[in-house]
Amino acid sequence: MQLYLPIADLPVNVFLVLAMGAAVGFVSGMFGIGGGFLMTPLLIFIGITPAVAVASVASHIAASSFSGALTYWRRRAIDPALASVLLCGGVTGTALGVWTFTQLRALGQLDLMIALSYVVLLGTVGSLMFSEGLRALMRTRRGAVPPRRAHNWIHGLPLKMRFKRSKIYLSVIPIVIVGVVIGFIGAVMGIGGGFILVPIMIYLLRVPTSTVIGTSMILTLVTMLFATMLHAVTNHLVDAVLALILMVGGVTGAQFGARAGQKIRGEQLRLLLGLLILSVGVRFAVELVIRPEDLFTIRELGVSG
Amino acid sequence: MRRALVAALLVLLLSGAARAERLIVSVSNHRVTVTPNYSGEELVLFGSVEKDASTPADRTAYDLVVTVMGPRADMVTRRKELTFGIWINTDYRQFLQVPSYLALFANRSFDAITSPEIARRQQIGLNNVLLMQRVSGDYADVVPNDAFRSAFIRLRTQRGLYREDAAAVTLLTPTLFRTGIPLPAEVPIGTYEVEIKLFSNGAFIGKTDTAFEIVKIGFEQFVATNARQNGLVYGLVTAAMALMTGWMASIVFRKD
Repeated sequence: MQLYLPIADLPVNVFLVLAMGAAVGFVSGMFGIGGGFLMTPLLIFIGITPAVAVASVASHIAASSFSGALTYWRRRAIDPALASVLLCGGVTGTALGVWTFTQLRALGQLDLMIALSYVVLLGTVGSLMFSEGLRALMRTRRGAVPPRRAHNWIHGLPLKMRFKRSKIYLSVIPIVIVGVVIGFIGAVMGIGGGFILVPIMIYLLRVPTSTVIGTSMILTLVTMLFATMLHAVTNHLVDAVLALILMVGGVTGAQFGARAGQKIRGEQLRLLLGLLILSVGVRFAVELVIRPEDLFTIRELGVSG
Repeated sequence: MRRALVAALLVLLLSGAARAERLIVSVSNHRVTVTPNYSGEELVLFGSVEKDASTPADRTAYDLVVTVMGPRADMVTRRKELTFGIWINTDYRQFLQVPSYLALFANRSFDAITSPEIARRQQIGLNNVLLMQRVSGDYADVVPNDAFRSAFIRLRTQRGLYREDAAAVTLLTPTLFRTGIPLPAEVPIGTYEVEIKLFSNGAFIGKTDTAFEIVKIGFEQFVATNARQNGLVYGLVTAAMALMTGWMASIVFRKD
C-alpha cells in the first residue's frame, strides 16, 4: 500500500516503513535503547532526506521512550532528582542542537555533518563497546572476577548533591554537561542517545544499574519531545505521518525485543550491540568516500506565488 | 484633437493589420485537484489559429510553441567535490525565481521552426529559457552549457518537472492544434501560466496566454499546510501523538 508522506514529499510503502519500525523497535527493546541511531540511517537509505529523517525520528523516539519510562516509573526505577539535573543540561543542548541544525542546513552542509557525526560517534562507541564486550566475554570464559571500579576524578568536583533513589553523592557539573552533550547530538543526529548515555552514566557517573535505564529514558523523552517541537517550529521538517507509522511499528517491535533480550547474556548483548553500531558507522563512512551518483543537488528555497 | 484621434485610429488599424492571425486556446481543465493517490495526469490544450482578411495569402503553414510555467521559486544547486578524501558540497549557485515546472512543446524541432536569434529572444527551448542566477553578487543568466545550469535542468528533467518535446503539439488541421500537458505526481501547487507562440516561415507572428491552477486536497496536504503555517500547533500535536502512542503501548503490553 503506497502512502504519500506530506513533508518528506515522497510516496512510500506503508508496510515497509511499518516493518522498519518494528525491526528497529525489536532491536531497541532487546538492548534497552531508543534505536534512533538505526532508524535515522534506515530512513536516509530509503530515500528520505537526512533533514526530514532526523526531525521525524525525534517524535518516534519520544513515543518509545515514553512507553518505556512508564514501565520504569511503575517499578520505581527512575531517579527524579537525577533526571531533573540531567534535563537542565538536556534542554539547553537540544536548543543548541536545533539551532546548529538550522545553520548547517542553510550552509548546505547538513547532510555531510550528519554523515560525519555518525561515522565518528558510531565508530568510536561501536568499537569501544565491541572490544569491551569481547574482553568481558573472555574474562567470563577464564572465570576471572571483573575488576572493582574505583572512584575517579569526577567524584572530586564541587557542587555535590545527594540523589536519594540512586544512592549516590555526586557533583551536578558532570551531570549537566552529559545532558547538554546528549541533547545536542540528539537534535543534530536524530538519535535519543541512550546507547551513549547509559554507558556514560554507569562507567563515569557510577549510577547504579537499578535506576540508570529508567532515568536515561526520562532525558531521552523530554529532549526528544523538545526537539520535535523545535524542529516543527523552526524547520517545518517533522513528518507526522511518517512518525506515526514508525511509532506504531516501533512500540510493538520493542515488546518482542525486550523478551528476546532477556534470553541473551549481558556480555553477548554488548558485543552484538557494539557490532551493530559499528556497522552503521561503517556504512556512513563508505557513503562519504565513494563517488556519489550525481555530484549536483537542488534545494528549493520555498515557492512564492 | 481630431488629428490625434485619427492618428490613434490609424495606429490601431495598423497594429490590427500586423497581427493578422488570432490565437484561440483553451485547456481541458482550469483547476486540477491533486489527491493523495494522484499518480500524474495529463491536461489537454486545444487551440485554433483564426485568420482574417488581412492575412497574407501565402501564409498557410503554421508552427506552434507552447510554454507551460509553474509557480516560481528560488532554488540552490550545489556541487560535490572530493575534499580530504570525502565528497563535500563545495560550490553552489542560486537560481532566482525560476519556474518550478517548465514544459516546452512544439509541433516540430525548434531549429526548424525559427532562427537561433528569434528562438533566443522568444525563449524557445530549454537552452534559451531565461534562468536567472546570482553569481557572487551579479544577476545574470549564463551560457547554456554552464555546468550548474545544465545540471539544474538535468535534475529537474529527471523528476519530470522540466521537459522539452518538439513533437508534442499535433496539428489536427493546418490551423487547429492540440497538445497534452503531463503533470507528474510531484507537481508543485499554484498557478501555471501557459504561453502559446505562433510562427510562420520562421517569423514570430503572435502569442496568447492562458492559465490553470493546481490545488492539492486531502489529509496529506492538510498536514503539509499546517506544518508550514502553524509550526507550533503542529509540533504540539505531533508531541501529543507521540505521548499517546507510547502510553497506549504501555497499556496494551502491560505484563500483569
